[in-house]
Amino acid sequence: MFYREAGDFSTSYPEDSQTFPIKFDRYRYYLVLFIAIVVIPFFINDYWVNSLFLPFLIYAIAAIGLNILVGYCGQVSLGTGGFMAVGAYACYKLMTSFPDVSMVILVLLSGLITALVGVIFGLPSLRIKGFYLAVATLAAQFFLVWLFNRVPWFYNYSASGQISAPERTFFGIEITGPNTQAWATYLFCLMFVIASAYVARNLTRGSMGRKWMAIRDMDIAAEIIGVNPLRAKLTAFAVSSFFIGISGALFFAIYLGAVEVGEVFGIQKSFLVLFMIIIGGLGSIFGSFAGAAFLVLLPVALKIVGVDWLDWPTDIVAHLQLVIVGGLIIVFLIAEPHGLAQLWRVAKEKLRLWPFPH
Amino acid sequence: MPEQLAFALEVTANGLMAGVLYALVALGFVLIYKASGIFNYAQGVMALFAALTLAGIIDGQVPFSHLINAVFGTDVHYFGWNAPAFLAILLTMVVMIGLAYAVQRLVFRHLVGQEPIILFMATIGLAYFLEGVGDLMWGSDIKSIDVGLPQGMNTWIDDSTFNTLGYGFFIDNLDIVASIIAALLVIILVMFAQYTKQGRAMRAVADDHQAALSVGVSLNFIWILVWSLAGFVALVAGIMWGTKSGVQFSLSLIALKALPVLMLGGFTSIPGAIVGGLIIGVGEKLFEFLIGAPFLGGATENWFAYMLALIFLVFRPQGLFGEKIIERV
Repeated sequence: MFYREAGDFSTSYPEDSQTFPIKFDRYRYYLVLFIAIVVIPFFINDYWVNSLFLPFLIYAIAAIGLNILVGYCGQVSLGTGGFMAVGAYACYKLMTSFPDVSMVILVLLSGLITALVGVIFGLPSLRIKGFYLAVATLAAQFFLVWLFNRVPWFYNYSASGQISAPERTFFGIEITGPNTQAWATYLFCLMFVIASAYVARNLTRGSMGRKWMAIRDMDIAAEIIGVNPLRAKLTAFAVSSFFIGISGALFFAIYLGAVEVGEVFGIQKSFLVLFMIIIGGLGSIFGSFAGAAFLVLLPVALKIVGVDWLDWPTDIVAHLQLVIVGGLIIVFLIAEPHGLAQLWRVAKEKLRLWPFPH
Repeated sequence: MPEQLAFALEVTANGLMAGVLYALVALGFVLIYKASGIFNYAQGVMALFAALTLAGIIDGQVPFSHLINAVFGTDVHYFGWNAPAFLAILLTMVVMIGLAYAVQRLVFRHLVGQEPIILFMATIGLAYFLEGVGDLMWGSDIKSIDVGLPQGMNTWIDDSTFNTLGYGFFIDNLDIVASIIAALLVIILVMFAQYTKQGRAMRAVADDHQAALSVGVSLNFIWILVWSLAGFVALVAGIMWGTKSGVQFSLSLIALKALPVLMLGGFTSIPGAIVGGLIIGVGEKLFEFLIGAPFLGGATENWFAYMLALIFLVFRPQGLFGEKIIERV
């Protein structure tokens, strides 16, 4: 009834090719933005920010990044944790070397550095394909984590081998360190999330995105019709690593504050982000958000139900969580291999005809 | 005899032993990949699960006791008996066959015809699931397995190398036994695949699903068979690694050690798994000994195998013995 194209006439090309061509969709998007920017900051406290909002926002950026590589360009990567670590350590080195530069610039620079590293590790993708490539990206994962563990220069020769974020401000408001306000960190991350989603969405529907998708669907055929596989694959690696680097930098500087690389950016993190985009939907920006929200909410919800309501020991709940996450992934793959994003698409199709489907 | 050379020889020997164990895990991958095109990430967790089950049965633990206690407020932990090792291994094998059946019936039957990447993700899901179930069933504390395998330094090798080279090699008895068992296992598997009816059917399925179906091979049965075989290999690997370093979560990480072995040897080749395992085992030990520990700060074993495989693959994308990848539009 509300969600329909009828009566919504485009009179110019920009109008016709906008991201949300349906009016209802567009207003919903503005409403979500309004709530996220204006309403939520007034109602959040430290608990909500640290257990839900920050992880959700930061993982959403990482998921968007990985989705560009895996979902749009079809190059399976298991090195996400390693690339997040690059972002985190780049941010740390930059923060300590240039204390006066704005955090926004530093985070973006960390992204750029990660993009460079991503391109280097993406080079073999020209020769290696499919599972061989997935396993090859594990080389990046293990090598990078080892590097940050073993070379003291990266953690400024600190005795513990950890890195911890010094206090930094943004327009006079503290955003890193122990004395931050919940709303400040939330808004800082939100800014990056909105920018990432905007850039990613427009990249993927432009010519670059089409090239990526052509490579994903069949790289030889794409090469024949004139897509340069070298450029397409390496740009996918670069853009993807850029977002992942940003998320790693935020994860370290804003969310955790102190990081031990093997623990935080281990292979588990790679799998977690991969699960997010599978559950959310490969090749979908909305799917990245949905998957991130799902996998951030699930453990919190399970903990509330298991530990707080049923009063079970925490280790049993932790094991149950593994069982449920694993089971859910299998169920999802069987029921809907294209993830939450596909459910959303189906719902939208239904909504278009509702309430008179015939 | 220069001492460095003797050290290097000892490291090589130990690397060969470790390589055999890697190859053992890689074998499980190859079996399933060849027959069904599924890249089974859960192989390592299957080894963990098998080892946990074996340890639990030997100790007479009540399965799911923690969960039962938490839900019903009871306090049960042990049946109060100890199973003999042989019987326990048989029982564990039954559990692994049941698992193979369940996996095939409940998961992969519904995913026939999906893209390989979806199947791969499903096995990652399976890995999480099994890990959780294993912990819920038997508890997550570190267990030890003792099925009567010899352990400790082999004195004969120590003595004979000391007499000839002037330096005694330290080689664990367990590693020697493991190598022998692994070699036997490979011979048995190859014989099975080459000379039995089911083995032939298995190879037929690996070659072409539809052609195999059309000559009357039951895909369902073959897949259950293959998963059971992989379960068996996992059990053997679980016993070896479990005896060596205790049954705990890190056991499932041997899957990560087996991946570069697979890449190097090729996903579809049983001899490739063996040769790849040996190369990686020797390579990483020697690299750590010659370059890693003195110059790079150690612990290079974590990534060396992957880097080696990565560089190797750039020159030969299908691995040493893998089938040549032919792509058509």
